[in-house]
Amino acid sequence: MNAFDFAAPKSVDEVLALLKGRNGEVALLAGGSDLIAQLKEGRRKIQLMVDVKKIPELTALKFDAKSGLTIGSAVSCSSIYHHADVQKHYPALVDGTSLIGSVQIQNRASIGGNFCNASPAADSPPAVIVLGGVCQIAGPKGRREIPAEQFFKGPGKNALESGEILVSIHLPAPKAQSGAFSLRFIPRNEMDIAVANAAAYVELSADHKTIVTARIAIGAVAPTPLLVTAAGSALSDKTISEEVIEAAAAASRAAAKPISDMRGTIEQRIHLAGVLTKRAINGAILRAKE
Amino acid sequence: MSGKVHVTTKINGEEVEFLCEPRQTILEILRDQLNLTGTKEGCSNGNCGACSILLNGKVVDSCLVMALEVDGQELTTIEGIASAKGLHPLQQKFLEHAALQCGICTPGFIVAAKALLDSEPNPSEERIRLYLAGNLCRCTGYDKIVRAVQDAAAVMQKA
Repeated sequence: MNAFDFAAPKSVDEVLALLKGRNGEVALLAGGSDLIAQLKEGRRKIQLMVDVKKIPELTALKFDAKSGLTIGSAVSCSSIYHHADVQKHYPALVDGTSLIGSVQIQNRASIGGNFCNASPAADSPPAVIVLGGVCQIAGPKGRREIPAEQFFKGPGKNALESGEILVSIHLPAPKAQSGAFSLRFIPRNEMDIAVANAAAYVELSADHKTIVTARIAIGAVAPTPLLVTAAGSALSDKTISEEVIEAAAAASRAAAKPISDMRGTIEQRIHLAGVLTKRAINGAILRAKE
Repeated sequence: MSGKVHVTTKINGEEVEFLCEPRQTILEILRDQLNLTGTKEGCSNGNCGACSILLNGKVVDSCLVMALEVDGQELTTIEGIASAKGLHPLQQKFLEHAALQCGICTPGFIVAAKALLDSEPNPSEERIRLYLAGNLCRCTGYDKIVRAVQDAAAVMQKA
């Protein structure tokens, strides 16, 4: 690792001041599970490392039944999936964050890091996207928000502009008769990178027979995680049936634009996008009925 | 750029001070500066778990923790697992079950298993295997390790 300086500021404004005019040579440290590995491999060289875990806004996890859930970008995966409100109201987020690496990694790796690292195969984004997540960003021009699905711009590329940081991720308050589910396919049981992944969110009618609205997201099958609006439309205002779920799966297969690599082929990934979409929808429907 | 920085931390219950460069990991400091060589370096990128330590009671890979991050925090290493009375039940059961061959992975397994039993005193076999998925052993094939953890859990529950 090359030599660098280290700072642990206590506020967002202090971080922004440190970032000002030092593009590309400053790295923000949350869990370090991507960053420190990249530095050791020489894939990144920095002049300043900024530990953001002393900033209350980035380490807080707050739930309110009316306004929803706000997760500071530096909150670790295990702090998220151990949180009683997350377990109760956002089980799909438990699905997504408990898949990441080992327990050792989950105790450090943050959801903001998972987003900013912008791997096409990242485990948490599909769940956040279908739950209507919003990325809350601070920068030299002030604060802004963008939908989670717009945060990813390509492998390793995110929507942050020079001098900006991801402060938190916000999820809207849970709605009645709603449910969400996230899963991935890997050839092992754990500790692996998704060959493909998917998440679904559904809101059901009071009699549980109709899907009022739905959102589907898929990952590791394109340069970024994808919100598949056509799959959501295929389900919305439809009576639950195998046919409509298959129509949503077909929409996911059509949206998938994967590559072939050591983890899977194009054909396998397109197939998986459909299979995982179906399983995610069925899982989401079951949770909505609970 | 970046001279040495002073860090104060608590390791295995004792206050410890050291000087480090910002680019050093706590694993390097533990092994090379503080002579706590029980914590092993394996892959050094967060895959193998040989360097597992407890940071404020949570198991982490010390190869992926910067030394400066532990200022004001509490660490437990394998050297802090046994007590004045003797070996921790996990250590005793690893010996009895011969849950090691070369031994490089053992400190990490014991530290991780302690974190598991501290929070879940009676885990299922499946749970143990999942929890220890971040600790790799290339000798034993895991069965003896899992049985040692199950046995230690049983002993600790009786205690």
